[in-house]
Amino acid sequence: MTAVLEISGLGKTYKSGHVALSDVDLSINKGEIFALLGPNGAGKTTLISIVCGIVTASAGRVTVAGHDHARDYRAARTMIGLVPQELHTDAFETVLATVSFSRGLFGKPRDPAFIEQLLRDLSLWDKRGSKIMELSGGMKRRVMIAKALSHEPEILFLDEPTAGVDVELRRDMWQMVHGLRERGVTIILTTHYIEEAEEMADRVGVISKGRLILVEEKHALIKKLGRKTLTLNLAEPIAAVPAELADWKLALAGDGHELVYEFDSQAEATGVPSLLRRMTDIGIAFKDLHTKQSSLEDIFVGLVHETKGEAA
Amino acid sequence: MTANWRGVRAIYAFELARFGRTVWTSLALPVITTALYFVVFGSAIGGRMSEVGGVPYGAFIVPGLMMLTMFTESISNASFGIYMPKWTGTIYEMLSAPLSPLETVLAYVGAAATKSVIIGSIIFATAHLFVDVQVAHPLLMVGFMLLMAVTFCLFGFIIGIWAQSFEQLQVIPMLVIYPLTFLGGAFYSLDMLPAAWRAVTLFNPVVYLISGFRWTFFGKGDVGIEVSMAAVALFFALCLGVIFWMFRTGYRLKN
Repeated sequence: MTAVLEISGLGKTYKSGHVALSDVDLSINKGEIFALLGPNGAGKTTLISIVCGIVTASAGRVTVAGHDHARDYRAARTMIGLVPQELHTDAFETVLATVSFSRGLFGKPRDPAFIEQLLRDLSLWDKRGSKIMELSGGMKRRVMIAKALSHEPEILFLDEPTAGVDVELRRDMWQMVHGLRERGVTIILTTHYIEEAEEMADRVGVISKGRLILVEEKHALIKKLGRKTLTLNLAEPIAAVPAELADWKLALAGDGHELVYEFDSQAEATGVPSLLRRMTDIGIAFKDLHTKQSSLEDIFVGLVHETKGEAA
Repeated sequence: MTANWRGVRAIYAFELARFGRTVWTSLALPVITTALYFVVFGSAIGGRMSEVGGVPYGAFIVPGLMMLTMFTESISNASFGIYMPKWTGTIYEMLSAPLSPLETVLAYVGAAATKSVIIGSIIFATAHLFVDVQVAHPLLMVGFMLLMAVTFCLFGFIIGIWAQSFEQLQVIPMLVIYPLTFLGGAFYSLDMLPAAWRAVTLFNPVVYLISGFRWTFFGKGDVGIEVSMAAVALFFALCLGVIFWMFRTGYRLKN
């Protein structure tokens, strides 16, 4: 796979002394969907803003398809489309005018047919003559996306694309992202909705306190860091975890009706068969059992907590 | 890669469309202002004044009136043009576009200067309804008008980047430029002042600009045309230098 975006040693310290990013290395492959996860204030937007030329980096280097984003900024920026998190729009402009403006701004020749198709894809064509101030928040978000795609970028940045967006638009957006990927567009999105990353991304990066603490292929990540839980529904409730089962560090739940065992699914000995044997030996019967793979969300919360713990 | 002329054109057209939305007030304002000045200064006061250095008073105030309106219009239009995207946040798009600083300035300042020149021309035309004005050096006059429009639009662009509130946006044109222009001989000749005041007035940079413009009309000014030209060139260079520095450091544009 070829890298379309390479970031090395990137750092940003604001004038206030706040360190927003430090020493970030990241390589994005052509045509992939990459999700940058992190809590608010972790540095996701700063990272995107530096790549797009809105914020100046304090250290490090960014290349877009081999073009240095500072020295060869024309070539680099022509390839990039950005949908920022906030709804920044020209209230008095019409939808068609503002999207056509964006295309011109990025130096592309006029192409009314392309713009029409773009607006149709985003369900904006009927609103093309409306002033942006007359549109709902969701429609404005669509306009921002249309502006970012107006110059046919090869890399699309979506900063918190579904924050405060209704279900329908969220579904449309996911569909659009998959459609763009099929056409070879590389997509980098930031989110703090784990389900979004889980649904869409090929790879996930976790950023916390300005540091990229993990980059991993999504399924591998879930598998590698995945903890599984085994829940046993007991035939008779028990008051406490019997001493004979202490080795498994079980938790009692559901008013004594459930025993919960957390284990590493990748380990050689998961401890599940031995637990079941021991339970039979000491006469604890169960009606049912199920296991659950931890989601990206659990992993993420765990990771961020870990780094917070280190920092404290 | 080559220059992004389409990008320049997009911003230029966007800015002109913005002016277009208020085209009637934009056009009515200079016409009414000019008419008012001619009623008050030209007829009421000018009737009592004979000539200023051989020029009828009504004609004498035309260049000053054009400059006064063009200075304030240039500054307010150019500063508003770049301040608005900062204020609404749409500047993200301009900053992320493949556009050089020079191209950005060219587009914004070019559009604002276009409007200023149109307004200046309207004042000139309106003045003709009231008085007979002859222009001694038409080419120089047009050149001077263009250069003044561009220079003050550059100055306005600087203010637009510098300003962090609408109040700051207004303060320089209203509290600095307007008084300096008014006291810079827009409506009188420095000869009419007592010697001491004349000396003080020469510290006002606007004096040299208005004097130079008046020279292109009547072939004489308060100071020599060479001095005026040098002043314009200096102011122009100064504004360009400041803008260059602003883009280099990202001053109030980028974090």
